[in-house]
Amino acid sequence: MSNIESYEKVSKDFNWDIARDVLNWKDGELLNIGAICSDRICARGDADKTALIWEGFGDRKAEYTFNDLRIFSNGFAQFLKEQGIEPGDRVCIFMDKIPSLYFSFLGILKLGAIAQPLFSAFGDESLEVRLASANTKAILTTRKHVRKVRKIKDKLPDLKNIIVVEGDPAKLKEGEVFFDVLSAPKIEKFDVFESDSESPSVLHYTSGTTGQPKGALHVHSSIWGQALTTSWVLDLKDDDVYWCTADPGWVTGTSYGIIGPWALGTTQCVLDSGFTSSRWYQFIQDNKISVWYSAPTAIRALMKDGNELVGEFDLSSLRHLASVGEPLNAEAVIWSGEVFNGLQFHDTFWQTETGAMMITNFPGMEIRPGSMGMPFPGISATVLDLESHEPVTEPGKVGLIAFRPGWPSMFRRYWKQPDVYRSKFVGATDDAMPDELRMNPDLWYVSGDRASIDKDGYYWFVGRDDDVINTGGHLVGPFEIESALVEHEAIAEAAAIGKPDEVNMEVVKAFVTLKPGYEPSDDLELDIMNFIRKRLSPLAMPQEIEYMDKLPKTRSGKIVRRYLKAIEWGEDVGDISSLSDD
Amino acid sequence: MDEMKKNVLEYIVDEYLDEDEEDEVSFDSPLISSGIVDSFSMVSLKRFVENKYSIKLPDEEATPEAFDTVNSICNLINKHMG
Repeated sequence: MSNIESYEKVSKDFNWDIARDVLNWKDGELLNIGAICSDRICARGDADKTALIWEGFGDRKAEYTFNDLRIFSNGFAQFLKEQGIEPGDRVCIFMDKIPSLYFSFLGILKLGAIAQPLFSAFGDESLEVRLASANTKAILTTRKHVRKVRKIKDKLPDLKNIIVVEGDPAKLKEGEVFFDVLSAPKIEKFDVFESDSESPSVLHYTSGTTGQPKGALHVHSSIWGQALTTSWVLDLKDDDVYWCTADPGWVTGTSYGIIGPWALGTTQCVLDSGFTSSRWYQFIQDNKISVWYSAPTAIRALMKDGNELVGEFDLSSLRHLASVGEPLNAEAVIWSGEVFNGLQFHDTFWQTETGAMMITNFPGMEIRPGSMGMPFPGISATVLDLESHEPVTEPGKVGLIAFRPGWPSMFRRYWKQPDVYRSKFVGATDDAMPDELRMNPDLWYVSGDRASIDKDGYYWFVGRDDDVINTGGHLVGPFEIESALVEHEAIAEAAAIGKPDEVNMEVVKAFVTLKPGYEPSDDLELDIMNFIRKRLSPLAMPQEIEYMDKLPKTRSGKIVRRYLKAIEWGEDVGDISSLSDD
Repeated sequence: MDEMKKNVLEYIVDEYLDEDEEDEVSFDSPLISSGIVDSFSMVSLKRFVENKYSIKLPDEEATPEAFDTVNSICNLINKHMG
């Protein structure tokens, strides 16, 4: 029997207090995610249970109990406190998926500071933009990645603490501090910050169509949504061994790679090495993983490597599969059923701002391959008409996916950008403040994605409603790429769009015009690709560059990405009367 | 072949590694599985060898396994150079 038992039944009598029951929550307990995921599990008698099974490249392996989680997160909290970090300060975690990432995340929250995890493949420019935006006070990183911090630290006056948690301390430079929690004195007791339901917890950056990335701020009460969805959708039980393949630099990696599973006291696995299909299958076999939450890009890459490879491994421990990041195509759902003993991937839909799953396929429900599933109980969802912004009543008609605000894990604001936050709500007044918006049941929060709803209530994803590029399950903002492109010495103007890709759904394609004196060439294309890869990230790197004599613009001079994208996707270019004739 | 290996290795060191990591990579060092080159960055590495050796590598052959070491990359290049 699955944890949710009956979707229809729980939907009828739903209220979010059910999350407290799932966690056996008692009145008066401390609502601090860092403590809930470590101290609380120990206090309930599971101190010796394995919390983390970790493997890195080159046969590096380690296991940690919930008591280890408690002590090592205390260690980070204590160390940061001694460094002058205070509740509310932003502390960036910038490292690969090593154990210290997980310990430090919980430690930051225990201290009452705000964890700001960033994808370790970000280049120095992507890092700088996000640290500057958040006025980040401290960064925890490794010898491998501290080089990027060194390049930008002089431009970040608020960044006071550069802490290196792994590597050779002799190689540190002036102003850097070394802290290895595993060899530091064990901190048995730390006075955890007495957070309440609205205390800030995590700041995740996400990309938009215009402007630089925005910081979506979450609070400690997000755990109600994360824990309940983990229980009901991922169906975790006490004896499960769970693997979430996401990097905690992105929201999936924190909501479902740390918070949800550890709030429930689940043993989880982390693989910190490059992707190859055989390595992944080996990891599942060796650790007898039973529940696997992954991404369509990875699933399609596994599909490409064929069925024969799957048969070389014993994957019989698997019992439940789920997916997130971008829509999971029907072929991938069907394939998984064929090769994983009848188990099909359950697609889930949510985003950085929602903090937890919103539309999902539940254990036990009929999966319609290619569908996102149905709204989570307690989530009031719809699609809004593209013009009128009224809920669509006609089955199959495409509209904007929208939710009534007020669910526990909803982001509380965009960091220092109240106007942008307001713009996400249909029906908001011009002067509405974030707290009013998120509690107003008459508004709709608009996700930025389009879908339709069939006659049975299943949601079907159509695409983004804006120019944001979804590549490998990660959103990349075209503005950020274009801004970096025109910093290349050869480029005069640039536009970036997503182009279709069999594995990653979309990859970045750039259109550029060159400055006088530069000629198109293959070598220049490679140089531009590497320029963006290093400054922003491999995700943002254009996989194709098209040289143009001029870019399509409006008469006011704005580049029209819509036109370029329509041509690339073979779609109708629509009304082009506003394009300049120049 | 040795010259080709040196060229590919030099490119990887220049583009994907920092100064003090040079001695950590050899012709047999894992690139993809070690995380030195991720799946997105593999696209630029593929583009480099195509430009350098005037070949076109089919996507189905440019797998993470085929790009996992300098040796395996050079085997693939040689296959397509005829």
